[in-house]
Amino acid sequence: MKQQQFEQRYHQDWEQLEQQLEGKSQSLDQDFPSRYRQLCHQLALAKHRRYSQYLLERLNRLVLAAHHRFYQNQLRTSSSRSPAWVEFLLWGFPQSIRANAVFVYWSMGLFLVPLFAMGIATYLNGELLYSFMPAQDVHSTEYMYDPVTNSGWREPDRDSTTDLMMFGFYIKNNIGIGFQTFAGGIFLCLGAIFFLVYNGLAIGGVAGHLTQLGYIDTFYPFVVGHGAFELTAIVFAGAAGLKLGCAIISPGQHSRVTALRLAATDAIQIVFGVFAMLLIAAFLEAFWSSSSTIGNSIKYIVGGCFWGFVIVYFVYSGRRHES
Amino acid sequence: MGFATNTSHQTFDTDVKVETPESIDLHARAAGPVPRMLAYTIDALWRYLGLAIVLMLISFMGDAGIGLFLLISFLAEWFYPVLFEVFRDGQTPGKKCMDLTVVNDNLTPVTLGTSLTRNLLLAADFFPAFFVSGIICMTLTGRFQRLGDLAAGSLVVYKNTQERTLSLPECEAKPSPFPLDIEEQIAITEFTQRHQKLSAGRKQELADILQDCLPTKGEASVTFLHSIGIWLLGGQR
Repeated sequence: MKQQQFEQRYHQDWEQLEQQLEGKSQSLDQDFPSRYRQLCHQLALAKHRRYSQYLLERLNRLVLAAHHRFYQNQLRTSSSRSPAWVEFLLWGFPQSIRANAVFVYWSMGLFLVPLFAMGIATYLNGELLYSFMPAQDVHSTEYMYDPVTNSGWREPDRDSTTDLMMFGFYIKNNIGIGFQTFAGGIFLCLGAIFFLVYNGLAIGGVAGHLTQLGYIDTFYPFVVGHGAFELTAIVFAGAAGLKLGCAIISPGQHSRVTALRLAATDAIQIVFGVFAMLLIAAFLEAFWSSSSTIGNSIKYIVGGCFWGFVIVYFVYSGRRHES
Repeated sequence: MGFATNTSHQTFDTDVKVETPESIDLHARAAGPVPRMLAYTIDALWRYLGLAIVLMLISFMGDAGIGLFLLISFLAEWFYPVLFEVFRDGQTPGKKCMDLTVVNDNLTPVTLGTSLTRNLLLAADFFPAFFVSGIICMTLTGRFQRLGDLAAGSLVVYKNTQERTLSLPECEAKPSPFPLDIEEQIAITEFTQRHQKLSAGRKQELADILQDCLPTKGEASVTFLHSIGIWLLGGQR
């Protein structure tokens, strides 16, 4: 069959299919799958008969569009009725944390060891923090938690709009750091390690320094609540980053690119969860931790509950659904 | 680009070939660093324009406005591409301008996980400045994938939008006076179909390659080849 005959025989089918695909409607005709298969067959035939480039390109374009439409919903099918993200928050996230426990422990170590070391060091030596942070930052931090000045989160005239501003700031800053920690992991873990160690040193340093100054009643009630979500989220973001880096360092049976792909599919699950945790943390930090009307003892109790909840959630949630 | 089965030039080819479950090969062309950088620049301009407008609108809201602005700029920084890629067929406004689209590496549409992975890793591709890592990675991989694309398993390809109908030159169909093998037939039909894209001088130049075999000279040889091409495509005498 010559090319023009071929085109004449099928061009109506192609035009119909083109019109169908241009319509944005999700529901296509019942016969779309069979039309798509016929089209694939026609493309194969046209290639086999060495028809001209112009026709092949046109058919390829049409097949590509139909292929896109045909395979657009690759969502995982679920037996239960709840949407995927509810399942993910209920048990998927803690499951993926437990499945990657090795990375979580390493990340925790890389974060907590510098944190405690720096904390103890600045507690013992009141001047050490100045060699780590600019003097200006040290002063502003001291000023914020100074029990005498009533500044920082205990400012008497602090109102809800300030809370909202701080919420925006915490979202942009903290979640950004979380994402960067993850992304940095792709450079052979180095980026993730840097962010973990650096944040450990900074947080530990400030905590030790303020404790040594005796600002205990202003600092710890502030951080105990949102810390439960924020500190764990940093560790998890680091774990996700380490997973990427380790896939490149030691790909095992796969090629490096494949190993990276597989690791990223897993790691992005953790990043979804980290995002949710940092949202909660930013919300708490802006509206709960900074509230000056809530007593310190209540903040400690509620903070303790948050920590308990986070630990129980990650240790036990979703055990029944684990294969 | 080509559908040729010859493998010798595939090292240099930007053609991406994927076999589908229907056991045919799909083809797409991977987009290189330059159009992608241009697309990114267009996106960045849109983003800053949007943020500038937001800033103007909320400037009278005081501290709450600053909070809102920080929130929106966070979303614009990390989720602007994800939003468009997932809900607009893999095309951010910049990619749309450059006729590019993001797909999974089996040429299916991107999913949320894929798009999020590649766009969060944009931070790694940026390192240490101006996407140096990303550009190096793109030039080293065969299908122009940056780090984020490698991890997510995604590709940026050209979205072909070609004219639908193709006119043939107006001359009568004539069978070839001598036998033609398949490669020669393809060459002549392609020559005929591309008559509008080639300048008159170039057509003449191409036809002159065959001047020893053709019975005609000059412009007539172009027409002669065209009529053979039309006949090969199935035109009636």
